[in-house]
Amino acid sequence: MKIPPWVGVAPFLAFAFLFLILPSGVLLVGAFFGGDGHFTLQNLIDLGRPRILSAYTVTVQLSALTAFLGVVLGFLLAWSVTMGGLPATLKGFLSTFSGVASNFGGVPLAFAFIATLGRVGLLTAVLNTFGIDIYDQGFSLYTFLGLTLAYLYFQLPLMVLIITPSLEGMKREWREASVSLGGGRWTYWTRVALPVLTPPLLAAFLLLFGNAFGAYATAYALTGGVINLVPILIGAQIRGDVLHNPGLGYALALGMVAIMAASIVVYSWAQKRASQWGL
Amino acid sequence: MAMKKAKIRLDALLFYILGALYFLVPLLATFLFSLRGKKDEIGFQAYLNVFADPNFLKSFTFSLEMAVLTVVLGLGLLVPTVLWVHLRAPKWKVALDLFSLLPFVVPPVILAFGYIKLYGPAPFAWSSSPLLLAAGYVVLCFPFVYRSLDGGLKAIDLKRLWEAGASLGAGPVRTLFTIVLPNLRSALLSAVFLTFATVLGELTLAVLLAWPAFGPYMALVGRDLAYEPAALAVLSFGLTWAFLGLIHLFSRGDHGVSRTR
Repeated sequence: MKIPPWVGVAPFLAFAFLFLILPSGVLLVGAFFGGDGHFTLQNLIDLGRPRILSAYTVTVQLSALTAFLGVVLGFLLAWSVTMGGLPATLKGFLSTFSGVASNFGGVPLAFAFIATLGRVGLLTAVLNTFGIDIYDQGFSLYTFLGLTLAYLYFQLPLMVLIITPSLEGMKREWREASVSLGGGRWTYWTRVALPVLTPPLLAAFLLLFGNAFGAYATAYALTGGVINLVPILIGAQIRGDVLHNPGLGYALALGMVAIMAASIVVYSWAQKRASQWGL
Repeated sequence: MAMKKAKIRLDALLFYILGALYFLVPLLATFLFSLRGKKDEIGFQAYLNVFADPNFLKSFTFSLEMAVLTVVLGLGLLVPTVLWVHLRAPKWKVALDLFSLLPFVVPPVILAFGYIKLYGPAPFAWSSSPLLLAAGYVVLCFPFVYRSLDGGLKAIDLKRLWEAGASLGAGPVRTLFTIVLPNLRSALLSAVFLTFATVLGELTLAVLLAWPAFGPYMALVGRDLAYEPAALAVLSFGLTWAFLGLIHLFSRGDHGVSRTR
């Protein structure tokens, strides 16, 4: 007797249902119910409250900015080792380091930046001896700018890891074809390379965006939970109903999942486009 | 791309140096900062303070136990599933691929929220069970454990290995343990090390489900002290480096990418 195919998958599906689907489902459904247990859209409307709206705005800005900078700078780094003619050792070092750094997030990362650019941080002190007091100039690690600098520490390496295979997959014939048709370096990049690389770059941007959007630990450890980001606000809501409305907490979670889901859907689409070119 | 001997481009070198500075300066600064534990003296006092704190060992041991539990649960669940899908149910691969993206859509903070709402109150009241935390870790680690196993299986001809085992008279259990799993060694090891690297420093689930794990411990130290956190950062960077180095050592070439935070 043959066991039907679904039987072997059933334990996994049951686990995923219990510990991934159902817990998120409870929040998503809860977003549509008021304190009195009746269906309502009020929670979603309340997402427009100033504090919540500003949390979403700041989180989207932070995620988009670090994703954009991560994509551009990570691309330049990956380009420098794949096409810039640098020795293979440097490339090996970058890829190994990126593997480690993209896994080096959360609390220790926040500590590293506090030790470097905090008020008594080492770099802050060194700059001080040159007469530059960055904190007098209005810089603070515990703000949007500081978070951006810290987030880039895991965004950049992630970008290097994602985009290096695509750059390695760029066929030499494409450049030769462009050159033989009289195209220069500019023509090659604007008419051939970048159009071909657009899907993988878009996919990378979305992955980095979601990566920053869901990040909790680094912001929590760096700012002590003071900065008004969506994950931080959700964390505070879990710990003590700071919104004074459980339904609104669920709606906050719903908004976050919706944004993450939208970015992963576009990401999958871009990935498919990228694979057309074997990138 | 075919290797071509190009001469070093100066702009490429410049980008590389700037990148290296951005990555290395914080590490160097953190290390030097951590040496200042004793006033007016350079030394390892901050490290000694960390090791002398009983909560350091307690929380680290707790996280280590959670990592082992996560590995056991995660591999125990995923290895049979992925093998089954490759052997008998290839149509279900789409579902697994989809599930490997879902933890990205549901970040740890949402997961914790859902667990508390669903499993906190009666009739479950699982909040006090470390198994709930471990289940969350299995979900967090699922994408790269799956990718690692899937990649390992793509590299071997599982069907043929399985049939070869059967035709030589080995039962499924023997085939699994003497033929298939040894061939997946590097994939399994990289899944194990990535799980360890993720679970050991994890903050979000542990802090929101109120467990005395290593991540929350570090965050607490960071709130009260100055130099010890830097020492912890150096230690945990070293630890990540060690785990990833071990993967590199065992896998020689094929490596997976994980996401944490």
